[in-house]
Amino acid sequence: MTMESSVVAGSEPTVEPRGFELIEREGLETNLLEVSMGPHHPSTHGVFRMDVKLDGETVTELRPVFGYLHRNHEKLAEDMGYLGSMPFTDRLDYFCSMTNNWAYALAGEKMIDLEVPERAEYVRVIMAELTRLVNHIMLVGFFVNDLGALGTPLLYALREREKILDLFEWASGARMMCNYMRFGGLRNDLPEGWLTKCREVVDAFPYFLDEYEKLLVENEIILVRTQNVGVLKPELAINAGITGPMLRASGVNYDLRKVDAYGVYDRFPFRVPMGEVGDCYDRFMVRILEMRESIKILRQAMDELPEGPIMGEAPRVFKPPAGEIYGRIEGPKGELGFYLVSDGTAKPYRYRVRPPSLVNLTVLEDLCLGHKVADAVVILGSVDIVLGEVDR
Amino acid sequence: MPVSDETPVDLAPVLESFPSLEVEKGTGALITQPALVLEVVQFLRDDPRYRLDYLSNVTGIDYLATVRKEKRVNEEGKTEIVKIDEPPRMDVVYHFYSMSEKRGLVTLKQRITDRDRPVATSLMPLFRSAEFQEREVYDLFGIDFQGHLDLRRLLMWEEFEDFPMRRDYVEPDDYEYEPTPHGEVLEKAKTHAGLGEGGSEE
Repeated sequence: MTMESSVVAGSEPTVEPRGFELIEREGLETNLLEVSMGPHHPSTHGVFRMDVKLDGETVTELRPVFGYLHRNHEKLAEDMGYLGSMPFTDRLDYFCSMTNNWAYALAGEKMIDLEVPERAEYVRVIMAELTRLVNHIMLVGFFVNDLGALGTPLLYALREREKILDLFEWASGARMMCNYMRFGGLRNDLPEGWLTKCREVVDAFPYFLDEYEKLLVENEIILVRTQNVGVLKPELAINAGITGPMLRASGVNYDLRKVDAYGVYDRFPFRVPMGEVGDCYDRFMVRILEMRESIKILRQAMDELPEGPIMGEAPRVFKPPAGEIYGRIEGPKGELGFYLVSDGTAKPYRYRVRPPSLVNLTVLEDLCLGHKVADAVVILGSVDIVLGEVDR
Repeated sequence: MPVSDETPVDLAPVLESFPSLEVEKGTGALITQPALVLEVVQFLRDDPRYRLDYLSNVTGIDYLATVRKEKRVNEEGKTEIVKIDEPPRMDVVYHFYSMSEKRGLVTLKQRITDRDRPVATSLMPLFRSAEFQEREVYDLFGIDFQGHLDLRRLLMWEEFEDFPMRRDYVEPDDYEYEPTPHGEVLEKAKTHAGLGEGGSEE
């Protein structure tokens, strides 16, 4: 009788609950958990996969898997003329088409010793530094997005980026796939009034950065989640070929704008921001500081922009003599290099892109080991990759 | 205006230490046999005259057998065109810089004469930056890197059989071809074609 009416509404249960014994921890079989993060995980910023082995929440092994966006860029470029690949370089790192153009143009110019007019060099610097602003502001936006600040800071970043993309569109005709540079100069000169508008955007940018910094840089969540997470030692960074802001965050002073001083970069005084620890926070801060230096360069370049031609004496058909060249620039993500081998015909015999994003991923496993799986997301965000360039 | 002002590197000390090294005409690249490459690279990395601590770029080049024409002056003082047979080969190209000394660029090429079974020596024991880039060369050129710790395909999928960056690569007619029952079923359907038409007339 008591067994049947064990549960009556409003009354106490008459049956004693059966005691649950705690399972002994000893002798319990535990196993590593394999998780495949991606290719459609939102934190991977594209089609990138990390095969992670987890002990509880701790990463014990991480293998990056590439190739989901592979279209063999290099093979395609070897089947067409030199200039034909210029618009295709836009698609490598689709945030930074201007710097991709410049790297390829620089390699081509080295091949035939082509001189670039001064005005074109200055416009290239302006475009490259605007690209750096775009890239870094997007990185910072997505980075805090990965940390859990969903949407709002990212949209502030997108808003500022849009102003710069408008400038690109006005000058080149396209927001992202600019295809603006040519061997020996630029496709077209800056439109009437472009410089005034550019000055407005650049002058407003520091105010936005101040606001953004105030919002984020001393935010406690960001400090806790990024400081001493994913520390990259400078020795390993150099050995693994890490370049760009990631290398400088580890305290290595190596900026190709200073080292090679390609273009007219030797005329602009600017500082190279460096980190001390090499953790995610340093990588984040180096980018913010780099934006401030870019604004300095931009202001000076706009003040000194000379009048004159924008195109050097480039041959009608680009047909370099047999030989090879390696040209590189400081892209926003690192050293972007183009290795071209010519056999004397109008098509490159070998065309190779040295992708900074792919090489920077070499140390991803080293950075993530021993951290929680949630930190792996943050570390990947701080590396700054674009899959169009990683997979090519 | 300089296009680039890289510091030129004097190659004399390394050529002295390794007499079997050659310098390629025109490009100034060092050419080495795969057996020697680790010693040469270690020398370039650790010798205080070089300190090339940064391996920037790794890639391969494939050369098919060709006939090269070259103008030469013969004994009678006339220029004549000489045909030279170039055997097939593969090169693995490395670009070195020095981050600490701000030097560069030194190009090193591993020359592989056996193009049918290309085997190179991996630089991964000395430079981590070779890890992914050599995997990519293995993936696209089919060069086997001895001493690489994790030699797998990088960009193509694992079931892919060919090496697309080779000069004699032929694209498959259909990348996504998989044998399915549909072909056989359609063939079978043709034999019933008469019956089918008869059926529709009723």
